[in-house]
Amino acid sequence: MANVTMIEKNMEQVTRKQAVVRVLVKILVYAFLIIMALIILFPFYWMINSSLKSLEEYKETIPTLFPKHVLFRNYAEAFDTASLGSLFINTLYVGLVSTVLSLIVTVLSAFAFARLEFKGKNILFAGLLATMMIPGELFTITNYATVSIFKWQNTFLVLIVPFLVSVFYIYLLRQNFLQIPNELYLAAKVDGTSDLKYLWKVMIPLSLPTLISITILKMMGAWNSYVWPRLVANDANHKLITNGLRNAFSTTTGDVNYPVQMAAVAIVSAPLFLVFIFLRKYIMKGVSRSGIKG
Amino acid sequence: MVESRHQWKAWIYLAPAIVLLLIFTVYPIFNTIRISFLEGYNPLEAMNGTKYAFNLQNFAKVLKYKNFFKCLKNTLLLCVITVPVSTLLALLIAVCLNSIKPLSRLLQTIFFLPYVTNSIAIGMVFAAMFNMVGSAYGTPNQIITTAGIINNIIGVFGLGPVNWINSGSTYLANMTVMVIYIVWNALPFKILILLGGLQSVNKQYYDAAKVDGTSRARVFWRITVPLLSPMIAYVVITGFIGGFKEYSSIVGIFGEKMGPADDAGRLNTMVGFIYNELYSSTPNYGRASAAALILFGIILIVTLLNLYVSKKRVHY
Repeated sequence: MANVTMIEKNMEQVTRKQAVVRVLVKILVYAFLIIMALIILFPFYWMINSSLKSLEEYKETIPTLFPKHVLFRNYAEAFDTASLGSLFINTLYVGLVSTVLSLIVTVLSAFAFARLEFKGKNILFAGLLATMMIPGELFTITNYATVSIFKWQNTFLVLIVPFLVSVFYIYLLRQNFLQIPNELYLAAKVDGTSDLKYLWKVMIPLSLPTLISITILKMMGAWNSYVWPRLVANDANHKLITNGLRNAFSTTTGDVNYPVQMAAVAIVSAPLFLVFIFLRKYIMKGVSRSGIKG
Repeated sequence: MVESRHQWKAWIYLAPAIVLLLIFTVYPIFNTIRISFLEGYNPLEAMNGTKYAFNLQNFAKVLKYKNFFKCLKNTLLLCVITVPVSTLLALLIAVCLNSIKPLSRLLQTIFFLPYVTNSIAIGMVFAAMFNMVGSAYGTPNQIITTAGIINNIIGVFGLGPVNWINSGSTYLANMTVMVIYIVWNALPFKILILLGGLQSVNKQYYDAAKVDGTSRARVFWRITVPLLSPMIAYVVITGFIGGFKEYSSIVGIFGEKMGPADDAGRLNTMVGFIYNELYSSTPNYGRASAAALILFGIILIVTLLNLYVSKKRVHY
């Protein structure tokens, strides 16, 4: 009898020790995650904090963690200095037009690859997928030469057309289309429904999440694109937002009016955050399948 | 599938995509290779019938540039440091996130935030954080008004102010800032992929380990890492490919000068080198193409090497 109680006592001790270790590990895990989260968030906090300060307060030897007097003046000044208004409109225009056109082209070709039969389909599809491995710089050089022959420099055309079709989007949508049972298509055929009507009434509604992901990634792409716009459309009438922001505040180090600069950065970042808050699910889903930034 | 009698219909659906891809994707691959062998190629002159010598001069010129090797060194260094650091950190964060319930969703959202940013815009924020206001010329007598928030923070731990990115800063300091920014930027994607992998791991393995009383470290190295190895390989390979194309994060922090005020171009990368050839008023297409092909070759070799290593190490 005595032995049994001894063992029970030991076991109790062991489980208690395990419980203590488990709690300690939990605390460590949370501490690590919260510290990392604060590091991730810090630049955003500093951006907003700085953008609301006066230049005098910003330059104080010991920076203040919250603005003494909250100033919104910097935002108005940033908007004017960088002429953010026209940059917004240009970017929105390019983003919307290229998204709509890209969706149409992508849907049509994904449908052909998923549902129609034609000679050389598999070879063509494999060939297109192979182009995804080539780094973009290779395309950029020849496309730059091509658009200068077309005399497209400083037009909206040059910002919309050359990178309109993405093989990756076609691939993504084709995979989605393939999941829709073929019987639906056959039934529609028996009923005499045309391909386009079937596409519009069945395929598109069923693959809406993928289409939304593509839309968001394409819009974010226009918002964040820098290299191509700088190369081919650097005039005031066609400048896009990222390029315009960088040009308006070309000095980053030294004695700079940071509060205004940070206000401009906050204005440019805001739409991205709004989109993220409302469409988080689609962005994260799209990203986890693409591995492409923007 | 239905044997369609109207093959031409498929081609009508495909036409817009095929035409655009032929002009702007397929043709450029071959044309860029061709241009790289043409000395002094210019598209407008070529339209008028100018002929160019077909030789290896562009490659020879690029490889003779000291500047090119500086760009290559910067790119390689950034790759070799940031990919392992960000992968390990992301793995640690993903494993921790996977082990908690409360706050998990909120933290996941926070860790994803850097992804939905503009790398030029947030680079400007990092520049503001590391900048020393009032030391634009770096003279010893000049009064430093604000040492910058980062210098204030490390001052709390008793470390002196460092000239991170201003005029007169060291290469080491510049690179440190770049590594921090690139890792900050690279974490969200890696965490997302690794966490997705962890969530699909079969819980049985962990239950078996628990029955055997296996230690946490052993569980991590013997169960978690092998089961996650396909995702880790994916994240490392895409990380290297992205790392070799590093460019806009440097433009974000240092501006188009690609370096501190007194040493422009110090932090230039391979992609920066290629675009510098194109940005000038007389673009040098040949040299840009040669450099792009060299970059492609390096990426190809590194990717094949990665695949070779992962074939031996990855458990599917």
